[in-house]
Order: sequence, then C-alpha cells, then structure tokens
Amino acid sequence: MSAKPDIPVWRPMGVTPAPSTRREQMPTLIVGAGPVGLTIALDLAQRGHHVTIVNRLDFVSAGSKAICFAKRTLDIWDRLGVGADIVAKGVIWETGKVFWGDRPDPIYQFDLLPVKNQKMPAFVNIQQYHVETILIDALSAYKNVDIRWGHSVRDIAVGEAGAKVHVAVGDTEYFVDADWVIACDGARSTVRTTMGLDFEGRVFEDNFLIADIKMKGERPSERWFWFDPPFNPGQSALLHKQPDDVWRLDFQLGWGIDREAAVKPENVEPYVRAMLGDDVVFEPEWYSIYTFQCRRMSRFVHGPVIFAGDAAHLVSPFGARGCNGGVADADNLCWKLDLILSGKAPPALLESYNTEAIAAADENIRHSSRSTDFMSPKSTPAIALRDAVLQLASRHPFARPMVNSGRLSTAVSYSASPLSTADEDDDWLGVPPGTPALDGPLGDGWLLGQVGTEFSLLTNGIDFAGLKNLDLSASPILCERFDLSPGAACLVRPDQVVAARWRHPDQSKIEAAQRRACGITP
Amino acid sequence: MSAINLEPNIDRPDDLYAEIVGMTAGLSDAQAFGLQARLILLLANQIGDVSVIAQLIRLAAQSEEQGHDPGKVEHS
Repeated sequence: MSAKPDIPVWRPMGVTPAPSTRREQMPTLIVGAGPVGLTIALDLAQRGHHVTIVNRLDFVSAGSKAICFAKRTLDIWDRLGVGADIVAKGVIWETGKVFWGDRPDPIYQFDLLPVKNQKMPAFVNIQQYHVETILIDALSAYKNVDIRWGHSVRDIAVGEAGAKVHVAVGDTEYFVDADWVIACDGARSTVRTTMGLDFEGRVFEDNFLIADIKMKGERPSERWFWFDPPFNPGQSALLHKQPDDVWRLDFQLGWGIDREAAVKPENVEPYVRAMLGDDVVFEPEWYSIYTFQCRRMSRFVHGPVIFAGDAAHLVSPFGARGCNGGVADADNLCWKLDLILSGKAPPALLESYNTEAIAAADENIRHSSRSTDFMSPKSTPAIALRDAVLQLASRHPFARPMVNSGRLSTAVSYSASPLSTADEDDDWLGVPPGTPALDGPLGDGWLLGQVGTEFSLLTNGIDFAGLKNLDLSASPILCERFDLSPGAACLVRPDQVVAARWRHPDQSKIEAAQRRACGITP
Repeated sequence: MSAINLEPNIDRPDDLYAEIVGMTAGLSDAQAFGLQARLILLLANQIGDVSVIAQLIRLAAQSEEQGHDPGKVEHS
C-alpha cells in the first residue's frame, strides 16, 4: 500500500489492521483523512459522536498542496482547539503585492485584514502536512475516533436509511453499514465516481509549475504576484513564504508544453534563479506541474452520503479557496449533523448544508474563474483589456481594485439562507444574518473564543433564558461591529454564523428564530 | 436602474466622432486595441454604475446583431 512512488511520504502511519468483524454498523463514516475529513472528525468527536475515518494511503503525504489558510479557517480551527498550534507553526501575513513587468515597485497592494483587533491573523502559510499532523495529534486524544490508514473504499450502495460501504485493506475486504457517509476523498473522489455522480464546470487550458524550495534569506512575509515579469515573460508568477525556510514559487507555463520535462530539476532551476537571482542558494523540496478546473457537483447531499471539500467542488489555487472552502463545509456540516444524530433537529436540516455549501462553492468558483480569466486572458481583446487595467493601475487609483491576482478567501455569507430570520428593521449595520460573526476583544479574551459550540445570544445589557447569553455592553468595539444598541440582541448559530437579530427582542422571537435555524418549520 | 438615454445628448456630434476616430490614427491594431480598452475603463469609471454599463454593453451587442438587417438602417 505504501509503495506509491509518485506520492512523497511526510509521516508514515502504518496500515491499520482490518476490523475483527467483516460487517460493521456505525453512525458516521468519513472517507478521507485530509484537512476536511480530519476537521469534521474533530468537530463531531468534540460533540460526543463516534466517528470512523478510512484513508486510502497509510501515510500523511508531503509534496505541494494547500499552504494558505484564511482567517475564517483559523477561527474554525481555534474553536476546535488547534488554532494556536497552527498559527504558531505557520507564517503570518496580511499584505499582498502585485508587480507588473520590470517595474521594481508594486502597482497595487492590498491588506487582507481591514478590520483589526481580532484574535486570528488574515492568513497563515503552513504546509498541508503540518496541518494534518496537528489535527491527527489532536484526534489521538479522543477514544471515540477511529482512523484507519490504508483502507480504501471499493464500492458504496445507498439505501433509504444509510449506506453500505465496501472497504478493502490489503487482501481483506469488509463492509460498513453507516447511517451517514461523509465523502472528503478529494478531487478524484472514489465515492463520487463510484456513485456515478456529475461534476460539472470549466477546465482551464494552462499549466503551472510549482517549485517548493528551501532557502535561507530575509524576505518579507507577503504574497508577491507578478504579471508578465522579465523572468517569465508573458506569463505570471507567485511567491509565498512557508515555515521551515520553505518557499513556494509558482510559474505559469502555458498550455502546449512537455509536462514531464518541465519538472526536471535542470529545467526548473533556471526559473528559480531568474526569479530570485543567479546567486540564490537553495535546495529543491518538491517540484510539480498542475492544471486546474473550476467545477462542482450539482448537489452535495445524496441521501445518507454527504460530500465536502474537493470531492464536492474544485477551484483554481489563486485565492486560496480550495482547502479554505473545504474547512468551511466542515464547519457548516458538523453542528447540523450533531443535532440530527442527537435527535434535536430533523434530517431535513441537512438540506440547508446543501444550500449553504453550494452558495459558498459558487462564490468561490466565481472568484476563482474571474481571477484566472484576468491572469491568463485568451483573446486579443481580452489581453488588451487586462493590460489596460495594469497600465492604468500603475498611474491611477481607480483601476487598482480591478487588478485581479486572486481574490483571497474571506468568510462567505449565506445571504439567502433558509435558516436565517430576516431583519425587522432595514437600517441595520453590522453583521447581517447568514454571515459569520466578526471577532473582537471581550473581557480578557476574544468574542469567538467565548461564543461556544451551541447557539448563543449576543446582547447589549439584557438577558434571556434558554440559551447562552454574552453581554457585549462592556465592549464598545463589539457593540459597533454588531450594531447592537442597548436592548438589542443577535442570535448566533453553533458555527458562529449570525441567524437573526433584533432591536427589540423577546423570548418568542428568539425561540422561533432558533427553531428556524434548526430546520424546524413553524 | 437608471434609464439609458438614446436621444442625441452630444451638442457637437461631428467633433466627438473626430476625437474618437482620430485617437487611433496611425496606430497598429494592437496599439489601437489597447487605447480603446483604456478608454472603455476610464469611461466606465466616469459612469460609475455597473448596471448602467451592463445595459450599454447589451445595447452595443444588439446593434452588431442588427447591423446586417437593412430594414433597421435609418437613412436620412
């Protein structure tokens, strides 16, 4: 199983022995131990559920995968108790600079954390394998979590209540009857292909070279992006700092190239030297070529089988919307599944995962497709327009916001969520229903660290029975961020998304909004 | 949504046409494309309303489709 010469090993886990019975019954089976599957496992485990994960490989793989993790993802991991470890290991950054041609100064730069005074930074860069090992280590503390390394899904039969999953480990085969199967098995999802489900969208005809290299040196922790640089004429390039003196260099190569030749060290190294200087001292970490697609399944929930992360939707890497989008799925799903598994909400609540996760995927795909169209315009008029934006941006402020080197992942708002209760007044500022709560200082800590994992009510000087109340009246910053005047209240879902808010709340309005947010129709 | 003005709104139409046609005189096609693209962006920012610009784009595209229909040409 571990003999996969094309997949580098970061941490060997060893093949987990087959279970003692050939037919098992379990509430929840997660397929795939990537960042999304592991996050879902941790969230469900902390809510007291038994979870089993099967993972095809028996190791954590190295190589070039996700590196940029956005503030919303860090907030989610912080709720699960691993945020501090990930930030401590990662490289914090919040500034992006865009260069064009041989101009030494950026034509545009952006700050990714316009609202300061929050616990988590805008972004950290950290290799996906570090994230996975931190999550695996956190899961090892839970007796209700069973991770099976080297176990592959062979087939899946979907019934009315649950699914029967055929699993193989080495020469041994066994069957799992799971009430819920959560497919987080990546872009080439076995669960999706086995079930014969659609995966529609655009394929972009372009190749990109990733050179992850190790080098010492002082450079700022910023995202640097080039349009048409002298070291890669007519194409784009990107530079990111990672932990352990690793740097990610990304070069657009175009479509008609010899992919096998392009990753050979003697062909990669001239690019590295051209970008960083002839005298740069570096070692290769991993070289690879990628192409990308923007596509999604038409539904993410298929009876008892739920899709999340790359298995459900794919984007280009510019904007860091792939893994961050997948962790947002995990966040959206787990509290709903928790309420359903505990009998506190009807299974129909899951339909809101389908609605909200698709809304998020569509926003990510829209941004990602537009970035790609800007970066690699394909027709003469499109090239002229792109260059016109860059020319004007170097001279006039109005064109700078049009420069699109990737719109970096921010929290997605579910503006038309069936779980939200509409505002009674139309003059609200602050965080609208369907949008994740903004962090801010509260007492000795931070708001998001105190809202907990259940429904909570943010108030300004009042108190209601039946759920956790957090009085923000001592924090003018938070009252302003949520636009909470004295006597107002804001209902927050277990995933920290605002569900409803009132200038003049009462017990019955709060209870009705909470029922609606649990998928209980009035 | 703002109404699009399709009545004459330029008091010196021949001067306007001369300005626009004159700007690309002597340029290569690539240079002319670039100049027109910059002008579109400057005009768009001056208008400032994406919905108005989207309506203008649709009107411009419609005229192209109808250009081959002699019945739509007004002779004066």
